[in-house]
Amino acid sequence: MIFDLLGVPPQALFGQLLLGLINGSFYALLSLGLAVIFGMLNIINFAHGAQYMLGAFCAYFLLQFAGINYWLALIIAPIVVGAFGIVLERLFLKHLYKLDHLYGLLLTFGIALILEGIFRRYFGSSGIPYSPPQLLTGGYNLGFMYLPKYRAWVVICSLTVCLLTWFMIEKTRLGAYLRAATENPTLVRAFGINVPRMITLTYGFGVGLAALAGVMAAPIYNVSPQMGASLIIVVFAVVVIGGMGSIMGAIVTGFSLGIIEGLTKVFFPQASNTVIFVIMVIVLLTRPAGLFGRTT
Amino acid sequence: MKLLRTAIVSAAVLSAGTAYGQISDNLIKIGVLSDMSGLYADLGGPGSVLAARLAVEDFDAKGKGLNVEIIGGDHQNKADIGSNLARTWIDTEKVDVIVDVPNSGVALAVAEVVRDKNKVFLANGPASSDLTGAKCTPNNIHWTYDTWALANGTGNAIVKTGGKTWFFLTADYAFGHALERDTTAVINKNGGKVVGSVRHPLNTQDFSSFLLQAQASKAQIVGLANAGGDTINSIKQASEFGIVSGGQNLAGLLVFLTDVHALGLKTAQGLIFTEAWYWDMNDANRAFAKRFAAQNGGKYPTMIHAGVYASVLHYLKAVQALKSDDGKAVVAKMKEMPTEDPLFGKGTIRVDGRHIHDMYLFEVKKPDESKGPWDYYKLRATIPAAEAFRPLNEGNCPLVKG
Amino acid sequence: MAVETKSLPASAPTQVSWSELIAFVLMVSFLIVAPLFIYPVFLMKVLCFALFACAFNLLIGYVGLLSFGHALFFGWSSYVAAHLAKVGKISIPYWSGHWIVIPLPPLPPELAILGGTAVAALFGLIAGSLAIRRQGIYFAMVTLALAQMMFFFALQAPFTGGEDGIQGVPRGVLFGVFDLSNIMTMYFTVFVIFVVCFLLIYRIIYSPFGEVLKAIRENEPRAISLGYKTERYKLAAFVLSATLTGVAGSTKAIVFQLASLTDVDWPMSGEVVLMTLLGGLGTVFGPALGASIIITMQNYLASAGDITLHIFGFTLAMQPGQWVPVIQGAIFVICVLLFRRGIVGEIANFFRIRL
Repeated sequence: MIFDLLGVPPQALFGQLLLGLINGSFYALLSLGLAVIFGMLNIINFAHGAQYMLGAFCAYFLLQFAGINYWLALIIAPIVVGAFGIVLERLFLKHLYKLDHLYGLLLTFGIALILEGIFRRYFGSSGIPYSPPQLLTGGYNLGFMYLPKYRAWVVICSLTVCLLTWFMIEKTRLGAYLRAATENPTLVRAFGINVPRMITLTYGFGVGLAALAGVMAAPIYNVSPQMGASLIIVVFAVVVIGGMGSIMGAIVTGFSLGIIEGLTKVFFPQASNTVIFVIMVIVLLTRPAGLFGRTT
Repeated sequence: MKLLRTAIVSAAVLSAGTAYGQISDNLIKIGVLSDMSGLYADLGGPGSVLAARLAVEDFDAKGKGLNVEIIGGDHQNKADIGSNLARTWIDTEKVDVIVDVPNSGVALAVAEVVRDKNKVFLANGPASSDLTGAKCTPNNIHWTYDTWALANGTGNAIVKTGGKTWFFLTADYAFGHALERDTTAVINKNGGKVVGSVRHPLNTQDFSSFLLQAQASKAQIVGLANAGGDTINSIKQASEFGIVSGGQNLAGLLVFLTDVHALGLKTAQGLIFTEAWYWDMNDANRAFAKRFAAQNGGKYPTMIHAGVYASVLHYLKAVQALKSDDGKAVVAKMKEMPTEDPLFGKGTIRVDGRHIHDMYLFEVKKPDESKGPWDYYKLRATIPAAEAFRPLNEGNCPLVKG
Repeated sequence: MAVETKSLPASAPTQVSWSELIAFVLMVSFLIVAPLFIYPVFLMKVLCFALFACAFNLLIGYVGLLSFGHALFFGWSSYVAAHLAKVGKISIPYWSGHWIVIPLPPLPPELAILGGTAVAALFGLIAGSLAIRRQGIYFAMVTLALAQMMFFFALQAPFTGGEDGIQGVPRGVLFGVFDLSNIMTMYFTVFVIFVVCFLLIYRIIYSPFGEVLKAIRENEPRAISLGYKTERYKLAAFVLSATLTGVAGSTKAIVFQLASLTDVDWPMSGEVVLMTLLGGLGTVFGPALGASIIITMQNYLASAGDITLHIFGFTLAMQPGQWVPVIQGAIFVICVLLFRRGIVGEIANFFRIRL
């Protein structure tokens, strides 16, 4: 048996694979949001981590001050944060489209610093607890591991959202407009489609995805100002590995890197923070455009 | 440089006396150097400035004719900013004593500066037991706690109360390794056994796979040799994966009141750990906590705040007795005089700079046991002062002869 | 990256312009007089970061490559220099449990700085040859990810002392003659290092090599079509930038007598971008000015005490240090939206001069 050869009993391995998949759902949601924004706006949204954090805080505020529960927060928080994203786009980002991409990166980096700084000032660094909804407490005993219900929900929810997004962009008329506008905005505008508004809404949608990931993360991790800061760099590495070519690429890469990272935690836990970066180096050496990327 | 002139934090400037001829500029200046904005801001930070101010008030510096002034600074958890600020304070602001300094990296850097300039360093925030070990200096007092005391208290008391088998979640860097090593030694000495450990990288978000390994080990106690956000996340996820409800107990090796507050009792219940001070232990502590919280936006004091208060009080007593603010002389005097204050009671300071007092093993209450906000701990054991800290001859401190 | 630079007045590239000469003389004379009335340790910090920003600018300002991972070179050179000056002995694992040990004694400061710089150059070569495979934002993300990977190595490697860092590094005696524990000797050593590297960067910018770099910045395909092997030029510029960053990092370790995780962590990479952007991308003096402003702000806010406001019964304690990240973020946003040329760039553009 191959598993025995590796010195790890198969049950433990299945458990770790499942956990990897759960972490992968966060990578997938976040890199999907980045991919959607990049596709339309040609901007790498460095504030993505901060917007993920905003989503989590938004859920916390809703519960704390309005008594709105997790399920409604799951819908409201992405809308609120997405609307905030739209404001950002209208106020700041729209001035940058004619410039080099790097200015977008720098601007969003600045926005991330401001948001995280403000939240750290008012909420400290230790974070705030947020309980999972009553329906999802407890867990299943799968025999080889104890699976908290909430984790199972995260995988299902993330997978659904990812696939819906993919379907919307690749298979619907709206998605066709979006893709066309990415290729040739002038031509699409000539067909009577309001391209700037579409860009704005796309940014809002991408930010909303980050916020959704934030709400889903809130019951697992403490809601804290820097929860997005460390994650965003890993997601960048995921994006480099996957390449910005396709929506499906972002999803598949996100999930698979979560699994690989999970396996590393069993065999060589010390390297579990670096493994994604190592894979990135290997991919760069062999396929500079990324696994799913189109060469530019 | 004018710009760099430090703004006065708490204008505790009190009228001059004449009895202190040996005190430079006839002024004792206390610099509270802490993390005002980052990870440790809640457990030290602005609260430490407040604690120092309360100590100056209670000492009644004015009545004793001593000029005392307090300034505060933010080291931002950067050793270069911290040591630079300490240098600037001493060179241009005539600061006589630097207090608090959470974050061992910054504290070790500040200790070097203070030694060079012959001032006084009252370490309360940092954990590293090196401050009274290989890197001890004649200008340094380590008051509240250290890694050895935490490892010893937690390891010792838990094994004695039945937690024989352990599994460690260890942060994979020097600090985590030291905690694991020290605790393992204590566990083995007391007849316990470490059945396994896993090293996780610093700032790990997801602990589930490490917790799964801890669960599979069937150890009675899961020891958390990590700190800050890592501890919080591992406790939170341990609750999610049913570690405690499955019969295992969590032992935190570096947990503060503010961490428990951040986690909430529902998640943190049953957690066992060692601290030097808790507000709800006696009337004096409660009175201090009420007074402190009233001026600190309702947040209760941590053991670090209590340590800042007690150490500043003792420092001022030594200055008064000595009528001098010479760094080495004051520290020698502080070591010579027995300590006594409302919060830590009677105690002593060893030649290596270690303040000796009881340590306590606490368990976090269940939500229904808590009678109100900040009522979080129940006492499980008291570690008597004589056993609480590393024996003098084991620290390799150059100040210890023989 | 099409950096918005001023259109240069038509002068032969090798000819020093009057404006630059005047600015240089002003800067140097200020630095000579400054320690008399400004705290020298603070000045040395400014100089180290100014050099760091200048080295970084070589890459973004003149090749148009935005590296988001320069903390890698800054931090690692500082670790290596600190280790060499304090311990000396080098142990490199080549297989689990097997070590190559080079039994060196603690080295004098000049060799420690040289060692730190050499390591930065080596890392620059490795990171550069990986990163230049991608362009634009991908380049930025790759450098960021590589730096983060090396941050984790720095955290776990035994010789760096984890979060404690390397403390108590001796300043030593430079060339066996100058005792650096004297603060003025130390200051003027840093001053000389800064000026020499500054002039070196200036020389590189206006050399034929520098002209090719600028050509790549403006239009890489065209440079390729002219027969330049642009990859090699880009790599050379990357390594140069990393090496000079290494000088800054090593010097900082000797000045502050410590090396810590701060310098190798990713916010440091962001800070140097900020310094350069604020001062002016692609200007000679901008990065140094930007660095001085940012460092002064950080120092001022770190030591400024709290301001307590009483509003409607609420007590609002303001700790200025807490606002450092917010202010830095705001500077980013303002720079990108309002003056992309940076302070020096805007001045140069306004007076139509070279700076």
